[in-house]
Amino acid sequence: MNSLQNYLLLSSLLFSIGFAGALIRRNAILVLIGIELMLNAANLNFIAFWRYGPAPAALTGIMFTIFSISIAAAEAAVGLGIILAVYRHFRTTDLYHMNSLKG
Amino acid sequence: MILAVLTVAGMASAMGLRNAVHCVLALTLGFTGVAALYLQLDAQFVGLAQIMVYVGAVAILIVFVIMMTHRSEPAAPPNFISLWTVGSVVAAAVFAVLAWAICCSAASTQGLPPQPGVTVQQIGDALMHRFLLPLEIMGLLLTAALIGAVVIAMGHKEDMK
Repeated sequence: MNSLQNYLLLSSLLFSIGFAGALIRRNAILVLIGIELMLNAANLNFIAFWRYGPAPAALTGIMFTIFSISIAAAEAAVGLGIILAVYRHFRTTDLYHMNSLKG
Repeated sequence: MILAVLTVAGMASAMGLRNAVHCVLALTLGFTGVAALYLQLDAQFVGLAQIMVYVGAVAILIVFVIMMTHRSEPAAPPNFISLWTVGSVVAAAVFAVLAWAICCSAASTQGLPPQPGVTVQQIGDALMHRFLLPLEIMGLLLTAALIGAVVIAMGHKEDMK
């Protein structure tokens, strides 16, 4: 059951769920959550390949994932800050009403 | 198997529920499931870091932003865009292509190698020697990103009372 193939299938399923959410949701916060899901799927791929790879003692997969989690945290903070600034301007988080770049 | 079902259910309901707060609750379930999958793959440090960063910090941050932007709209807008079938079909096509590539690959059928037994001391050694420069760059980037997020979210002087 727990072969590399199943982990890869699971992470591609998670990626597709996040991708679908980022495509079809109207709330900007939930679009950001979809992007976080895609990053999580990529991290799961890193760990699975590290575990099933030829040299797990080299720790490269773990290092990649740690840095990727840090990047995702920074991205979430900046993204939510941007959403707050946009909300202060447009008074909504609905993406349909954010249709102008200036004004 | 149970973990996979739990993770997928959490993530799918995080993308499918109508109430945004319920979405974040389902999202924490999905993040916890991913952390448990890390533990299952013998990456204990990454699993606990996932719990601390995602469940502990990112989910709380998202809940804060949802609370700050929440309005009781008289007429709640629809949650999905009008072309949601097209988006779902595109995502399903992406999954189909990925699954096809994975199932055709010969590299993904190999068995499990012996347990690596990575300790936190080894991770710290690697971070302090081989990955020292990326670590420093990451610290700089986190500092810049968090200061930038505060500056962006703070707004202009005249907005603040």
